[in-house]
Amino acid sequence: MAAEFIIEGLKASIEGKEILKGINLQMKGGEVHAIMGPNGTGKSTLASALMGHPKYEVTEGTATLEGENLLEMAVDERARAGLFLAMQYPSEISGVTNSDFLRSAINSRREEGSEISLIRFIRQMEAKMKELDMNPEFLHRYLNEGFSGGEKKRNEILQMMMLDPKIVILDEIDSGLDIDALKIVAEGVNSMRSEGRGFLVITHYQRLLNYVTPDFVHVMMQGRIVKSGGPELAQRLEADGYEWIKEELGIEDETVGQEA
Amino acid sequence: MTTQTILPVDAEHLSELSQRSGEPGWLKESRLKALELAASLTLPRLEKTKLDRWNLNTYGTYKASQAFTALNEAPASIAALIKDQEAGSLIIQRNSEVVYTRLAPELAEQGVIFTDLQTAVKKHGDLVRRYLHKAVQPDEHSIAALHAALWSGGVFLYVPKNVIVSTPIQAVLLTDDAEAVFVPHILIVAEANSSVTYVDNYVSDKTEAGLHNGAVEVFVGAGAKVQFASVHQLGEDTTDVTYRRAVVENDGMIDWIVGEMNYGNTASDTKSVLKGNGSSSNAKVIAVGSGAQKLNYTTQAQHFGRNTPSNMITRAVMRDSATSIINGITKIEKGATRADGQQTEKVLMLSPKARGDANPILLIDEDDVTAGHAASVGQVNPEQVYYLMSRGISKHDAETLVIYGFLAPVVSQIPLEGLRKQLQSLVERKLGQ
Ligand SMILES: Nc1ncnc2c1ncn2[C@@H]1O[C@H](COP(=O)(O)OP(=O)(O)O)[C@@H](O)[C@H]1O
Ligand SMILES: [Mg+2]
Repeated sequence: MAAEFIIEGLKASIEGKEILKGINLQMKGGEVHAIMGPNGTGKSTLASALMGHPKYEVTEGTATLEGENLLEMAVDERARAGLFLAMQYPSEISGVTNSDFLRSAINSRREEGSEISLIRFIRQMEAKMKELDMNPEFLHRYLNEGFSGGEKKRNEILQMMMLDPKIVILDEIDSGLDIDALKIVAEGVNSMRSEGRGFLVITHYQRLLNYVTPDFVHVMMQGRIVKSGGPELAQRLEADGYEWIKEELGIEDETVGQEA
Repeated sequence: MTTQTILPVDAEHLSELSQRSGEPGWLKESRLKALELAASLTLPRLEKTKLDRWNLNTYGTYKASQAFTALNEAPASIAALIKDQEAGSLIIQRNSEVVYTRLAPELAEQGVIFTDLQTAVKKHGDLVRRYLHKAVQPDEHSIAALHAALWSGGVFLYVPKNVIVSTPIQAVLLTDDAEAVFVPHILIVAEANSSVTYVDNYVSDKTEAGLHNGAVEVFVGAGAKVQFASVHQLGEDTTDVTYRRAVVENDGMIDWIVGEMNYGNTASDTKSVLKGNGSSSNAKVIAVGSGAQKLNYTTQAQHFGRNTPSNMITRAVMRDSATSIINGITKIEKGATRADGQQTEKVLMLSPKARGDANPILLIDEDDVTAGHAASVGQVNPEQVYYLMSRGISKHDAETLVIYGFLAPVVSQIPLEGLRKQLQSLVERKLGQ
């Protein structure tokens, strides 16, 4: 069954300050939605609130995946229900190797007694790392510790590939990548596109969308989706920037907390 | 105000004991002098730790233990540690006495001596006398003095010049009789260009209050290499005070690997004296505190020689209401040019009632040196737990990964596989309940 992901009236605040002012969005399996918008407009907050970051408090709304409200689940349950977030700033965790970490993540989805065998795991991991042009030694490195910006992003994509989620949120996966790395990451994403999987691609550049073509494009300002359209909207933003939207909607400062 | 040291034994009795076990006169004199010192000395002064409130008086008395000839006669409490060691070099001390000694014949042929210290003072008196109490000296404080007065059993390991010992030499020290004194002394002498690895384990199997007052002295000859590994897993009712010292000659190397896995109050001090030019020291201490343990761990490096690198790492995890004071002291003496002293102390706190304190100290009397320190006390980082959970890992498993990960960079560098695994499982035991 194709994953259906519906966000309704989502409001969230951080340290008592409301950042998301009511987000509505519907996605189906197979679709790629892009969320664009200048810095400080609430894009990462949306991603974090959906994943359940402890600093963000959801005050209203629902986010249902195949009929189940993710927002009522703990972070790990959301992940096991099929949500994956490639983070803008992934944590570094000393002493935990990439392979131990990923094996725990895979086994958390399996019954006790039917854990993935080490051989099979290593074989899968090595194959995916090859696709992403990652040095196999990254298997044994501590999680993200001492990774360059680009290596961290690839490592996020590697995790996505290994965990086979239903809804993938990519938060600025293109930042800090040179053009070759961008292509590799985009290929990784495209190889995972399927009927059963939806993508929410957050970016403030159009660049990534040249390689991962979206079906829908949404623009975020002041903690809301202020405009939606097809791929042509991303192209217009690339050509003309965001000013025209602000003029059209009478927005002076697009960042959160600046609305009159 | 000074508190009077309570002497656990009088001079007459001590003298009689020494006589009865056939010790040479110089040792008897040394014990009696140390006892006298003990009466006038105070407890060691430890940073933020009130030793005078600890149970430091339950020494017990010297008691004979039944020796055994085969390892299958050993008590069950140490069975796992001596498994498959029939052909290895192993000493077992039980309470006051050594009950089992074996030295691999091929090592004996090369002149290696490995015997209990009480035997060594009789058989190799001159050799022992040259080193005994020269690194940890009886006049330092009352604990060291009482140690020198009361020690029994013990280990003497001597490696002659140029002899390379390739398999680890092992000792197990067990206290399972609350009435028996447990004051072993470990003396290791590695002559020039020799190499040896020594591993020991301290185990208790009793529920009455007890005390381990231990001293370790390691003399590393020119160009020699000694790897000293020690795991303490004494129970809740045993207080552990241990002083470890190494004196390192030109181009010699000392490696300390210490696992502090006790359940009772513990004070330990592990110090390298880099006497010779080009001598070096590497110390790794892993600790887990639980229950209401009071812990004070010190690592020290004192540089006299030129071109002397030292590195000290302590990582401690504190749970429940355990309290730990972790001190690192790098002392570089005048003339120790191009010395390099580095130290790191990190404490991870798992409960709001746990306490941790890291005190790095650099004392430098020479200009032409490099030195550095890093210290941190923190909790499990919620960002990290969130990141792991966002991949489906449960909260419990995520925290466990972060906690073991905190110790892993040090544990993974332990060069002995068996010891590494043993430490890992002790850590799991202490953290897992
Ligand atoms: N950790 C935080 N602490 C305080 N305020 C925050 C935090 N994260 C985000 N914000 C606020 O939320 C706004 C939106 O941030 P964010 O969602 O990161 O925007 P974007 O991803 O679109 O650049 C920021 O301008 C800031 O005011
Ligand atoms: Mg962002």
